[in-house]
Amino acid sequence: MAIDPQPEAAAVAAPTAGGERGPWSLAARRFVRNRVAVAFLVLFFLIVLFVLAAPLWADHVAHTGPNKTHTLQQLTVGGEKRDVVNVEGQPIGPQLFAADGMFFLGADSRLGRDEMVRLMYGGRTSLLIGITTALITTALAVILGLLAGYYRGWIDTVIARTLDILWSLPVLLVGIALGVTLAVGGLKIGPLELSGGSLWIPIIVICVFTVPYIARPIRGEVLSLSNKEFVEAAVAQGAGPLRVMFGEILPNLASTIIVFFTLTIANNMLFEAGLSFLGAGVQPPNSSWGTMITVGVDLLNTQPLLAIIPGTMIMLTVLSLNIVGDGLRDALDPRSKIDLEAHTGTVATKASGAAAI
Amino acid sequence: MARFVIRRLAGMIAVLFAVSVIVFVIFNVVPNTNPAQLLAGKNSTPVLVKSIEEEWGFDNSLPEQYLTMMKKIFTGELTSYKPRISVDEQIIERIPATFSLSIGAAIIWLFFGLLLGYLSALRAGGWLDRFLTGFAIAGISIPVFLIAPVLLYFLTYKLEIFPNAQYVPLTENPSEWLSHLILPWVTLAILSIGFYSRVLRSNMLDVMNEDYVRTARAKGLSERRVMSRHVLRNSLVPIVTLFGLDFGATIAGTAIITEYLYSLNGIGLYAIEAVQKFELPPVMGVTIYGAFFVVFVNALVDIAYAYLDPRVRLGESGAS
Repeated sequence: MAIDPQPEAAAVAAPTAGGERGPWSLAARRFVRNRVAVAFLVLFFLIVLFVLAAPLWADHVAHTGPNKTHTLQQLTVGGEKRDVVNVEGQPIGPQLFAADGMFFLGADSRLGRDEMVRLMYGGRTSLLIGITTALITTALAVILGLLAGYYRGWIDTVIARTLDILWSLPVLLVGIALGVTLAVGGLKIGPLELSGGSLWIPIIVICVFTVPYIARPIRGEVLSLSNKEFVEAAVAQGAGPLRVMFGEILPNLASTIIVFFTLTIANNMLFEAGLSFLGAGVQPPNSSWGTMITVGVDLLNTQPLLAIIPGTMIMLTVLSLNIVGDGLRDALDPRSKIDLEAHTGTVATKASGAAAI
Repeated sequence: MARFVIRRLAGMIAVLFAVSVIVFVIFNVVPNTNPAQLLAGKNSTPVLVKSIEEEWGFDNSLPEQYLTMMKKIFTGELTSYKPRISVDEQIIERIPATFSLSIGAAIIWLFFGLLLGYLSALRAGGWLDRFLTGFAIAGISIPVFLIAPVLLYFLTYKLEIFPNAQYVPLTENPSEWLSHLILPWVTLAILSIGFYSRVLRSNMLDVMNEDYVRTARAKGLSERRVMSRHVLRNSLVPIVTLFGLDFGATIAGTAIITEYLYSLNGIGLYAIEAVQKFELPPVMGVTIYGAFFVVFVNALVDIAYAYLDPRVRLGESGAS
């Protein structure tokens, strides 16, 4: 999925220009040449800055919190008093700076919460869950893939079969079921205790179901890498299994891991949004872009922006991560050994509507 | 071939068993709550809770509860808590809506996905390819819960071109059936159109480098014939597998959200409503039947694939 259809050309040009350069700096140069990918990387950082600025906006501009209700309050717009929520229960529309930045995007529902503040805080939740789950999933997948691909035998059989089973579950349905059962009663395993509203619950649900999508391709790559001469050489020099796995094989997986990590953030954010949208992910009073859409859809006829704005934020974030991931793959691996489409496509279809799903 | 089929079906049964255990664990072991307490309500007497426990068998040992659940699923006796309605009947009643949605969407996404992928590969590197690539990546990144509100707001509420939501049975009124389903179809198909066009494009680019394509050109076949007879046909084989995996996954995934957004009274909507009321039996039924469906379709696809491509059934005996 090359944005730049001629990554090879860049790959050939780089060495002549650079003289002796390591593979990483060559990859960085190739990535920078891909203007579309760089532009979307900038967009992603802007989105991160936007959500990080949430407390600043809340304290100094909107003067309210994400969960604070203003149902019965009035707002002075251009010297005129207006209800935040009118008699029919309709929230006020976008005010931009007409009320000094309060209710910049209007109020969210009959509860009269500030939509802009919720959008910023909700984005924090969505990105936090996306990045945390991607970190955990990738780490688990790398460990499982290394163990299965290196030891083979019964270890491989157990790991590969478990992954196959998780893979064949209807992910969203089982995810919803698990998410709801945990949200109602919380989780209690030995000393570990989580309340139903904890953000760790959607994180756990997402991790369980997305590990196979990364672990399977990584296992395949480890299988072929462990037959290579450099592994034999390391073993001949007396390297133990840990050193071979983490010192020899792991560095060769780096480009695959980086690309999968980027795309997994995108997929998992869609998964989170899907779960939260259906009430099985982030629980109130916390907000995420997914839960905001649920609230907004009820008022679609009169206040369409309430559903469309958080949806657009999800799309922009996911789009930028997908394009950056694609650009990274072209830059790190010009011959495109990593067959992403076969793997990431399906997770998306299964998970979200998402199915980049 | 027979050996392959037997091995594949045995594998399928093992997976189905594992799936049913996982679903059982999710509903009966993971929850930190007493289902009887939930059923009885907040202000219930311990006696009532106790009687509900006995009635539904919540106080039996876990293996016993598992066997009861499986027995109910296979005999079709699964009933929801309140009101007590047969889960199977409810699911059967909703099959037409779910299948109309997913089959219609699948036809749309296959047609446009393959068409766009073919055009993209023919003009690889050109402006059309760039445009279609951009379109495909955008399609892959748009969540259904953005597409649906946008389409609903503009085409249903503002321009009033399409009717709002609900499912009208095909047998009742074919033209209403169609007009009520167009928006859900488009919503569900956009993502897969992007995805399939990318997969077909990269398959075709791979096949174009094969020796037999060069041979076909050397024989003097027209470019059109080379593309349609040799390149396209060979690039479609992996698409068959992908479709088999994807179709089941779509019914059990994105289609649920689409049904919910458009209030189509299908199986997905039934499952979500049950989840929100914490009604375990319908969710358990839908999840297990859904998993059975996905696993069964996957096995069928594998067998069909092995039939089409002898390398698969020969290779399988050596690997994994």
